[in-house]
Amino acid sequence: MANGGLSAIMQEFKGERGDLIPILQRAQDLDGYLCPAAIRDISRWLKVSENEIYGVATFYAQFRFHPPGQHHIKVCLGTACHVKGGEQILVMAKQRLGVDTGETTADGKYDLDRVACLGCCALAPVVAFDDKIHSQMSVLKIQRLLDEQEQD
Amino acid sequence: MSKNKIDSRRKQAVAKWEELRNNPVPFIYIGAGSCGLAAGAAETQTAVEDYLERKGIEARIIQVGCIGPCYLEPLMDVQMPGQARISYANVMAKDVARILQAFFDDGEITKDHLAGHFGDGELDGIPRFFDMPMLKPQVRIVLRNCGIIDPDDIDHYLARDGYKGFEKCLSMTWMDVLDTVKRSGIRGRGGAGFPTWRKWETCRNTASDQRYLICNADEGDPGAFMNRSLIEGDPHSVLEGMLIAAYTIGASQGYVYIRAEYPLAIKRLKTAIAQMRELGLLGNSILGSDFNFDLKIKEGAGAFVCGEETALIASIEGKRGMARTRPPFPAVAGLHGKPTIINNVETLGTLANILRNGAEWYAGFGTETSKGTKTFSLVGKVRRTGLIEVPLGIKLREVIFDIGGGTQKPFKAVQSGGPSGGCLSEEFLDLPIDYEHLAEAGAIMGSGGLIVVDSDTCIVDLAKYFMSFTQKESCGKCVPCRVGTRHMVEILEKICDGKAELSDLDKLEKLAYTVKNGSLCGLGSTAPNPALSTLKYFRSEFISHVKDKRCPAVTCKNLVIYRVIPGKCTGCQRCVKVCPTGAISGPRSEPHNLDQSKCIKCRSCYEICRFDAIAGDAIVIES
Repeated sequence: MANGGLSAIMQEFKGERGDLIPILQRAQDLDGYLCPAAIRDISRWLKVSENEIYGVATFYAQFRFHPPGQHHIKVCLGTACHVKGGEQILVMAKQRLGVDTGETTADGKYDLDRVACLGCCALAPVVAFDDKIHSQMSVLKIQRLLDEQEQD
Repeated sequence: MSKNKIDSRRKQAVAKWEELRNNPVPFIYIGAGSCGLAAGAAETQTAVEDYLERKGIEARIIQVGCIGPCYLEPLMDVQMPGQARISYANVMAKDVARILQAFFDDGEITKDHLAGHFGDGELDGIPRFFDMPMLKPQVRIVLRNCGIIDPDDIDHYLARDGYKGFEKCLSMTWMDVLDTVKRSGIRGRGGAGFPTWRKWETCRNTASDQRYLICNADEGDPGAFMNRSLIEGDPHSVLEGMLIAAYTIGASQGYVYIRAEYPLAIKRLKTAIAQMRELGLLGNSILGSDFNFDLKIKEGAGAFVCGEETALIASIEGKRGMARTRPPFPAVAGLHGKPTIINNVETLGTLANILRNGAEWYAGFGTETSKGTKTFSLVGKVRRTGLIEVPLGIKLREVIFDIGGGTQKPFKAVQSGGPSGGCLSEEFLDLPIDYEHLAEAGAIMGSGGLIVVDSDTCIVDLAKYFMSFTQKESCGKCVPCRVGTRHMVEILEKICDGKAELSDLDKLEKLAYTVKNGSLCGLGSTAPNPALSTLKYFRSEFISHVKDKRCPAVTCKNLVIYRVIPGKCTGCQRCVKVCPTGAISGPRSEPHNLDQSKCIKCRSCYEICRFDAIAGDAIVIES
């Protein structure tokens, strides 16, 4: 039987095949990632094999299969950010946090990701810290941002 | 719901809008699109609220969408009772009190941060906002409401002739609407430029009990944000267009497929759809007619290929977003095997204007074969970045130099159409922007991303950037795309590393054509375009990398070396602070030492070094 949160989500859907991606999105909102138990419950409910669900979920960049860190840092490397030096900011962030993209710091505090475009290209380069987008970033500003976090 | 309801609501809305124009209390507008917020609009708004509360001033704050010149964000407009709305640029929280104080305490219009006013004619020597060099050459049809209205207030949209295009459409037969759209000459704004009416006609003429309409808001092209801005700034214009399209093709169910990376746009759409429902603009017997239509939002899950029609449909059906062979085209057999029309956000956003003002009016803009206007996101190394709308046929030079203000360092190239497009050199600056001319030059119109680069950008690196993007986003179905793009990236990496031979350039070109011809969908068949166009127009830069092992733009890491010039270094320690690897060391006031073995060539020190401005910087990069 699915856990409370997930079964409440399922109630909102009709259980059609087309509901798979929205349900996965909601399940991820709930736990921060797609845990094996959630996939199993969704599989039983939608009558779609777990294999197939993993096939769909791994196709899309949005889905994660490991517990996330407390904060998400997404360095944008869309074209505008690329030509304006987004790469250097990513290098700096990697160095400071001691992780590669797609990884979580050992203390579980930060996730680091590179994203293709956040759509704020006119103010490139940008970095998203959780839901807040920081514009016209620089190597100095990303350091300051992380320093401020450490102080909190 | 009857038509009377919307008529009486519109009357109220117009009265409300009039009040906005003759405001009893001061109004303060904040540009709160995603770019405004990224620039600090939320903090600016908090500062405004604090100021008003502290001074006990009664005023209203109105959030508006993006008006276009993103480089001026955050924008704050002040409208005193009975006066014109006056816009201030780059207003950070710390600037708020000074500007507002001038208005409220001194009764003056401060010139500090002043951008322009929204009234007619002259005002105390203040220019009109729309007379600014970036805005003057533009023709705003799709963007007419962006930055002007509150996107969360349907009354603002109604007061500005909102849903009148749809009402007109209801009074016509579907064939007449189709004919109007045909005569307007509008072509799909998503990239390929297929005539909108032709797709619609095929769909309508395919017998079926159910047809679907999908709004493609999966704006995955990196460097493009036109659709996001339109939905954030004027969501109802897109939704009205969906009603018109659905009426014409006979669809009763619609979807908006939108990127999950655009949370604000999704929020605005949800609000707008709820407002439509309340007014009887969705559901059964819309406005008393026999037209039924309903809408759902589907959030994308982060796959660039889902901008392709058949992959998008697979994604809505809950499958991996992989393209399939066409025909049958979606207009014949699409979502759940039923006739389906997929239109781009901008195409839909234009429709109400065409219905309201007439096909001939719209066809009056643009060229013989490319009618109307097009929005572009003008970004990269231009001085004035932002969202623009121009009539088709305008020259690249006018867009980049007149509107965008040119580049600081010498102009090198402009990339049109994102990863599917091409890179055009200086010789194309007088090329008119329309579907045919861009295609002939080896680029495409695409959805409207225009990325300008200057002499600091390495063209081979740019080609490598685009190829690695498409390589990562390839769905993996077709071998030429899955494997070919990977090999192309590898060759480009070899060139950037200075390890390539001249024969690699031929290999790259040959491979490019294999990928182009051997891929099923638009992603694969256009993926080699950036490589092909750069090879064609910037071959000498490739040759420098291969033969001389030199990167003329001093960008490619393996071909450059960073050095401190001891005679110029003042020992200010700024570079020590930014170096992520601790490669630079040395006590204050003494020339620093750069340890090559630790240097990862991130360019940070070079960019921060500001000493000895006359003879050049103390840190140099050599290639």
